[in-house]
Amino acid sequence: MRRALVGCIALAFGCGPIGLFLVMRRMSLMGDAMSHAVLPGAAVGYLLAGLSLPAMSIGGFIAGVSVVLIAGLASRFTELKEDASLAAFYLLSLAAGVLLVTRFGSQVDLIHILFGSVLAVDNAALYLVSTIATLSMLTLAVIYRPLLLESLDPAFLRASGNRGGWYYQIFMLLVVLNLVAGFQALGTLMSVGLMMIPAVSARLWAQSIGYMLLFAIGIALFSGYGGLLLSFHFDLPSGPAIILLAGSIYAVSLLIAPAGGVLGRYLRLRHLER
Amino acid sequence: MAWRLLGNVTMNSVSLSSDAQFGLDNLTVSYQRRPAIHHLSGRFTLGSSNAIYGPNGAGKSTVLKALLGLVRPDHGKVICDGIRTADIAYLPQASDIDRSLPITVADLVLTGLWQRIGMFRAAGKAGRQRVSAALTTVGLSGFEHRPIYQLSGGQFQRVLFARILVQDAKVILLDEPFNSIDAKTTEELLALINQWVLEQRTVIAVLHDEQQVRNHFQHTLLLAREMIAWGPTHKVLTPTHLQRARMNVAVWDEAPPVCHRDDAVVTAS
Repeated sequence: MRRALVGCIALAFGCGPIGLFLVMRRMSLMGDAMSHAVLPGAAVGYLLAGLSLPAMSIGGFIAGVSVVLIAGLASRFTELKEDASLAAFYLLSLAAGVLLVTRFGSQVDLIHILFGSVLAVDNAALYLVSTIATLSMLTLAVIYRPLLLESLDPAFLRASGNRGGWYYQIFMLLVVLNLVAGFQALGTLMSVGLMMIPAVSARLWAQSIGYMLLFAIGIALFSGYGGLLLSFHFDLPSGPAIILLAGSIYAVSLLIAPAGGVLGRYLRLRHLER
Repeated sequence: MAWRLLGNVTMNSVSLSSDAQFGLDNLTVSYQRRPAIHHLSGRFTLGSSNAIYGPNGAGKSTVLKALLGLVRPDHGKVICDGIRTADIAYLPQASDIDRSLPITVADLVLTGLWQRIGMFRAAGKAGRQRVSAALTTVGLSGFEHRPIYQLSGGQFQRVLFARILVQDAKVILLDEPFNSIDAKTTEELLALINQWVLEQRTVIAVLHDEQQVRNHFQHTLLLAREMIAWGPTHKVLTPTHLQRARMNVAVWDEAPPVCHRDDAVVTAS
């Protein structure tokens, strides 16, 4: 249980900021696509080495990165846009994953890979998750400016003699890494929830990127911690408990958040002089 | 360290060396084999105002993108002698910029210091002051902390001009800078362009208002996929030339033949 808590804290720090950048780039569904793309790699890892975390993580990472790279190449050398080619490749990847697991594994395995089990996190998993969280925070700090400028004004960045595409690819690598970090604890399907829901909620609470980052991490921390407690005391599966808690924070944010919630629309304050 | 940071944001000398050249040499850029600009050759007049003028679909913006290396030429090349990437400021079309991002006016103008501070260095006090000064020049003093999504179209265009001021570049490329901007803002921004030319900077602007070109730009490239005329504005914008420009773009051939213009050049020489 203590390990699970520490794991969730690390995940919150890694996933929160990544999710926020996805939201700002209007790629909120990209995380979801990538989480599906990771599946066949994890499945191959599982089939080769059993329920071994390193094997499944490496497999998942390789699968995710290949989908990102191939989709990137496809959009660069063809007329297709990035999201279109990614949609095609992640579905291929998902189908391959389901095929592998159902043909060579059992239903239980599929459930495990898809939904994870946070209370089964061991020391090795903990090291992996915290390494990835540290790495992704550091990398994001390094590429922060060009990444933001690339989503704000890509032509300007390229005109200034930069290969804007590189920063985007590095960022997509971080997305895959964080999904891999999440899947042992939350499963491939649920880990994207801890990435996106806090980030989407944060956007409703703050107006500047700095505060949004704080809110995203804060909400992720709270839902990780609270979700685990709920699952422990009421004997619920941990992944869904965490995500549902995050979801209820989102629902509350939708209603009362100051920077775009419903309440602001109906409880109209008097307009200002200027 | 402190002096280096300050040193990085001081003013450049703005005129280019006398043997610098900026132009195109037999340049063709096509999208899906259809040429957007076709065998275009010539030089821009440095230290002066240059307009690129022509009907819709004439390839005006493509010329700017080619000059910046943002599109790959099918044929020919861009002449860029004695001009570094850092010497060029670029104003993209406003629609290319994502205005929904939660960043402030000051942050957007600060991106103009990119060439000097890059990924890590601080803009510092000098940089901040330059941003404030630039915003004052474009008539937006006190707007530093406004988020960009609250600005009107005209205000946003003023912010982009402030960024160019901060960039302090020798060559300034403007892609349709007055699209859907009110008359007063246009007038003020045109005055800013005139000021740049007085400072011996090179301005190259894509425009589609003939009167603006006549009144404010010394040189004009009249474009309709191919070059119709290029030179002093009053000699370029003649009724005959303008008529030819309109005709050239109006034609749309479903299955045009392959262009062999350069084969002939090779066999002749």
